[in-house]
Amino acid sequence: MLTRIARFIALPLLLLVIWELISGWSPLSHALRQVLPPPSVVVVDAWQLLMTGELLNHISRSVLRILAGLTAAAVFGISIGLCIGLWALFEDAVDPVIEFLRPIPPPAWIPLGILWFGIGDAQNIFILFLGAFFPIVLNTIAGVRNVDRTLIWAALTLGGAHRQIVREIVIPSAFPLILTGLRIGLGIGWMALVAAELMAARAGLGFLIQSGRYAFLTERVLVGMIVIGLLGLAMDGGMRFLQRRLLPWNVNLQ
Amino acid sequence: MKRVVLLSKHPVIRWVGRVARRRVRRVALITGLFLAWQGTSSYLLAPHAVTLLPAPTSIVVAFIDLLRSGEIVFHVVESLKRVLVAFTLAAVVGVSLGLVMGWWRVLGHLVDPVVEFLRPIPPMAWIPLSILWFGIGDTQNMFIIFLGALFPIVLSTIAAVHGVDRTIVWGALTLGGTRRQILWEIVLPGALPLVVTGLRIGLGAGWMALVAAELVAANSGLGFLIEDSRNLLYTERVLLGMVLIGFLGLAMDQLMRGMQRILVPWGVEFKR
Amino acid sequence: MAQLDIVDVRKVYTLPRDGQRVEALGRIRLSVDQGEFVSLIGPSGCGKSSLLRIIAGLESPEEGQVFFDGARVTDPSPRRGMVFQEYALPPWKTVAANIALGPKFRGLPTAERDRLVKKYVDLVGLRGFESRYPHELSGGMRQRCALARTLANDPDLLLMDEPFAAVDAQTREILQEELLRIWGEHLPPRERKTVLFVTHSIDEAVLLSDRIVVISARPGIIRECFVSPLSRPRSEALRSSPEYLRARDHLWSLVKQEALKAMQQRAAD
Repeated sequence: MLTRIARFIALPLLLLVIWELISGWSPLSHALRQVLPPPSVVVVDAWQLLMTGELLNHISRSVLRILAGLTAAAVFGISIGLCIGLWALFEDAVDPVIEFLRPIPPPAWIPLGILWFGIGDAQNIFILFLGAFFPIVLNTIAGVRNVDRTLIWAALTLGGAHRQIVREIVIPSAFPLILTGLRIGLGIGWMALVAAELMAARAGLGFLIQSGRYAFLTERVLVGMIVIGLLGLAMDGGMRFLQRRLLPWNVNLQ
Repeated sequence: MKRVVLLSKHPVIRWVGRVARRRVRRVALITGLFLAWQGTSSYLLAPHAVTLLPAPTSIVVAFIDLLRSGEIVFHVVESLKRVLVAFTLAAVVGVSLGLVMGWWRVLGHLVDPVVEFLRPIPPMAWIPLSILWFGIGDTQNMFIIFLGALFPIVLSTIAAVHGVDRTIVWGALTLGGTRRQILWEIVLPGALPLVVTGLRIGLGAGWMALVAAELVAANSGLGFLIEDSRNLLYTERVLLGMVLIGFLGLAMDQLMRGMQRILVPWGVEFKR
Repeated sequence: MAQLDIVDVRKVYTLPRDGQRVEALGRIRLSVDQGEFVSLIGPSGCGKSSLLRIIAGLESPEEGQVFFDGARVTDPSPRRGMVFQEYALPPWKTVAANIALGPKFRGLPTAERDRLVKKYVDLVGLRGFESRYPHELSGGMRQRCALARTLANDPDLLLMDEPFAAVDAQTREILQEELLRIWGEHLPPRERKTVLFVTHSIDEAVLLSDRIVVISARPGIIRECFVSPLSRPRSEALRSSPEYLRARDHLWSLVKQEALKAMQQRAAD
């Protein structure tokens, strides 16, 4: 067990040490100060940001946005996905719109988003909503379409009616894929949020790293990047944990 | 397309009739949507609101204008150029790294934490750092694309190598294959389907990263076009740019799928 | 001296989920002579396939050793060829390429490889399908291809792990007869290959083998070594002969006991 942990941190630790030495203590460090400040400087800056409360402020802004956007995307995405999967008429009306809009990546929506919503929360949430929405809809549709036919046939022979079958068979069957869609949507939404905050926000992690760049404070940029990465990882881990807890019968997950 | 038959609204209609009806219905609904859009933009919205939602016709007009002036072609070529170079680099580096990490497990375990640490940082988050490093322009753009495409490719390749059917490897062992022979004859071809899938996903991720990078740090390209047009309030150009970005992304994805079918004809057996 | 000696082999698996140790094979001691056709039968999960893989050199035993032609078995070798239930054919190679794979590994020149391919394609009855890919073939044809590619290496020992289990019942009976023919049933034992055949089907074991070894439920040990009373060559008519039926009944009563034990074990897990 201990050897596993040791092996895990071996290379990263080595790289960190080399980075610290070259960037902080070698003749090159003056030139490298702007380009890649040593880990010690990054840590100091992170500490300062933490102490002034700035870091927590940005983190909470971003996290609140992602929660809001993801919830909205989940509500809309799952309901629309279910309707498309279950009703042909709805599918014919709505599916083409989705198929048309889907290939447009979330960053491409940013200028339009700024035109419509200006700078701030609304625009950020709009972009992240777009990022999360499509994976959720698509996975929900797939979940409904991939329901095992034999399960439905069995329910029919047991005397089940339309509505009952949808409730008892289709939706639970689709649940694993819906959860997967939520997890993927969270990932893409987080990415989209960062992009939106880079361009059109006054607070938040994306804004933090952009402001770091404007002030030529590379260590601030690095702090922001690391926090973004860690939060993204934590949220994804949380979703995976949820997946495992809620779906004990589904051992083979994506 | 698997349809849950019982849940369609008109189950009694004959098959041919039903398909035809649905197709007509689709086309009618889409046309209706466009007409509603056109009508709203042209007649219902106040002039200043039209900058928020220009009519489809104005988008078409803008397209023709920009086509004539050559601007569209220019920007498209600039964007595609960057993607091509950066993606090829990411493919070469990513597949090699993935193969090495997948085949030599010890090395893989060693390098894995570094990959897992860098991966969660979205390519967009690298943009400010890369501007500090490379300034504005092609290099920065390509760096971001490279990062966006690299991780899906590496991860898919590692999974591909690990995922080669164990019994096939066993079979080759009982035929007297050495480790190197098995690598060449069994593992590399066996990993190919998933590697190509990884390349396809990487291309999509790279395209998305490109757009983000061009929004902030470029003087040409489709991302630049839509941001620039926004500044000038040419909303129809913004929408045009978005449609082009979407269309090109789709076209490249379809191209990759086509290549997948050619390179990996036996991939029919394996699910995506 | 016997060609294959399995001496006190035990196999223990560690479950990945909770680290529990499961003893798949208890002490197995078995000797097989050259040219013998020996079947291993027993309930599911009793370690038959594990034993085969240990003999092939793909897995190593917890305790004990396997000796082949006097030498200890530690690694896979083309002299001990194996046919798998799932065919194990690389799907990107044609039938011909698959059959040529072993010779290719051994470094034979192209002309020689082509000659071998032709010989074994004819032997298993796949003439005309050389350029087809596995996914274009039926299950029975894939298994013929798998058999051909193993035989193309001219192994001394043929290990067969439920080779006909994934094939439909009719094809199965045809393949059984084919196997006897290909194996060279009519030849004297010194000129035949030794076959170790794992199966769930008692009928199959009785029809094909010289000797049938019954393995018990987990941990698998040898319950009985049954020498077949049937003469060779075996024929369709034998399936209803009194010796056949007696053998079958006897073996089934043994296997049934073990199968019930195995079911209770699984329920307790």
